[in-house]
Amino acid sequence: MDHIPGTASRRIRANAVVVRRSDFVIRFDSVTKQYPDGTVAVDGLTLEADTGKITVLVGPSGCGKTTSLRMINRMIDPTKGRIWLDDRDIATMRPDQLRRGMGYVIQQAGLFPHRTVIDNIGTVPVLLGATRRAARRRALKLLDQVGLPANLAGRYPAQLSGGQQQRVGVARALAANPPVMLMDEPFSAVDPVVRVQLQDEFLRLQGELGKTIVFVTHDIDEAVKLGDQVAVLRVGGRLAQLATPRELLAHPSDSFVAGFVGRDRGYRALGFTPAGELPLRGETVVRLGDRLDSVAARATEGWVLVLDEHDQPQGWLAASAASDQGGAVTPEMLNLGGTLAMESSSLREALDAALSSPSGRGVIVRDDGRLIGTVTASQVLTRIEQERSAVPLAR
Amino acid sequence: MSHAWQYFTNNQSQILTWLRTTAWLAVVPLAVGLALSLPAGWVASRYRWSYPPIITVGGLLYTIPSIVLFLALPGIIGTKILDPLNVAVALTVYCVALLARVVADGLRAVDADILNAGSAMGYTGRQLLLSVQLPLAIPVIGAGLRVAAVSNVSLIAVASTLGVSQLGSLFTIGNTTGDTAPIWVGLVMFVLLALVLDGLILAGVRLMTPWRRAVGR
Ligand SMILES: Nc1ncnc2c1ncn2[C@@H]1O[C@H](COP(=O)(O)OP(=O)(O)OP(=O)(O)O)[C@@H](O)[C@H]1O
Ligand SMILES: [Mg+2]
Repeated sequence: MDHIPGTASRRIRANAVVVRRSDFVIRFDSVTKQYPDGTVAVDGLTLEADTGKITVLVGPSGCGKTTSLRMINRMIDPTKGRIWLDDRDIATMRPDQLRRGMGYVIQQAGLFPHRTVIDNIGTVPVLLGATRRAARRRALKLLDQVGLPANLAGRYPAQLSGGQQQRVGVARALAANPPVMLMDEPFSAVDPVVRVQLQDEFLRLQGELGKTIVFVTHDIDEAVKLGDQVAVLRVGGRLAQLATPRELLAHPSDSFVAGFVGRDRGYRALGFTPAGELPLRGETVVRLGDRLDSVAARATEGWVLVLDEHDQPQGWLAASAASDQGGAVTPEMLNLGGTLAMESSSLREALDAALSSPSGRGVIVRDDGRLIGTVTASQVLTRIEQERSAVPLAR
Repeated sequence: MSHAWQYFTNNQSQILTWLRTTAWLAVVPLAVGLALSLPAGWVASRYRWSYPPIITVGGLLYTIPSIVLFLALPGIIGTKILDPLNVAVALTVYCVALLARVVADGLRAVDADILNAGSAMGYTGRQLLLSVQLPLAIPVIGAGLRVAAVSNVSLIAVASTLGVSQLGSLFTIGNTTGDTAPIWVGLVMFVLLALVLDGLILAGVRLMTPWRRAVGR
């Protein structure tokens, strides 16, 4: 289903290995773009966006991110250098055909106001010759895939919320199943809560689809969250560093990158280190419905953890609150503060679980939500120290 | 007023013939004018350098008093001064003068992000113009068309002073005979014609822009 011309052999090979997995590498080879007014937007950029991976371009405003992205689908042509799609120089390809094989999502979605949601999504299939009916069938499937209800199909873009528009934008870009996706700050016009949702679903989708994605953002947190690799650009359009998010946080190449990555990068880098074997302690627990007068005896340092009948932690109960009243433990009495960390979580999540817990003990659960044990902040810190001596996290 | 009604029934067939000519004079120049304005407006919107000259020429044409144009045209295009075609051409000139600018502005007003998104999806320039830019400019073009239609109708009335045989002739008759009845009849017919034309254009625009109604604008 890919539509970049002249790649038939590649397509067959890709199908033989893994169906639908993208097999398109984008390579910038010393690419420079100077606008007619003399502005150098991109300067000698060399970089490779890997097959099936998310490459994030990040940097301050005006550093040439959008220019770089638009050179990939020939909305802008470089002044110097070449861009390759696998072994083909894109300068030799017809722009409209090249673009039909590359999904494109922009801030504010850029939907056509005069077309319904379903026809917006069907745009590229129709351009490629699909019948309106086939395009609509495909669009309905995509609507579902990006988490929108089918009853939005007949609406016009102005009748959608910003988050919904952005999802339609993603669905439209995916409609012809292009091997390559170009995304220019697709989530930056929505509020932070919706943004996190969109990011999570985007990662889930990419897990299923495995596109070659170039993603532009000015938000380093988004870059680090989404990128398989991150390219930090500085104003003037020069590449400052190309690295995995973990490497970027741990070893910024210079003070510009360190400054851009931000203050608490040491803490955020913990997000890329698996917690591994933590020294967990068992908890004496109570269950919802247990008698209140049994609580004090089981509390440790004033707090006891409450589980439901499936062994899933529900919250902490203060021993003082239970003291010698009658009755049973109900959900309303619980202190719900504190995040849970999973056994597969990172050191950052484990530490956060401990720091945010009212008892000071972070709750660690299995992937199915059942309690394994608890861990204190100092135990996590010990673990971090061990990790640092093995692999230095920061210079 | 009953006098005017009587005048109408007495001269019905003559008046209906005039109505047909007048309607033709109102509609054909509008249609031809729109057809010419679309490419002219597109050029003005597409090529930045061409916008000022096209708009300026249009503005100048519009300032020529209609009576001068009616009198000068036969000399330029070789029609007879009483030929309705003469009036039709003059009205077409006014329509183009008005609509070229409207089309250019309508096309230019379409959000650049939307057009960028369109070409990024692989629309060719022509596909983008015809299936995105032009449909989105319909409300603006439609509004201009309504102005042009009404202004056309009032210019036709002026053309009656030349003696071209159409509804405007009712005013000349009223003037020479001192009878107010034909003047009333003419007035009502012109107003009705303008209202019907305006209503038709409005309905057409609404039909072609369902998205605006859905959003409640
Ligand atoms: N058409 C143009 N003509 C001249 N200069 C331009 C043009 N487009 C962009 N520039 C300049 O090129 C530089 C890079 O612009 P670009 O849009 O690629 O930046 P960006 O990294 O996407 O910024 P932002 O985060 O603000 O979107 C800027 O200095 C900008 O002013
Ligand atoms: Mg940008």
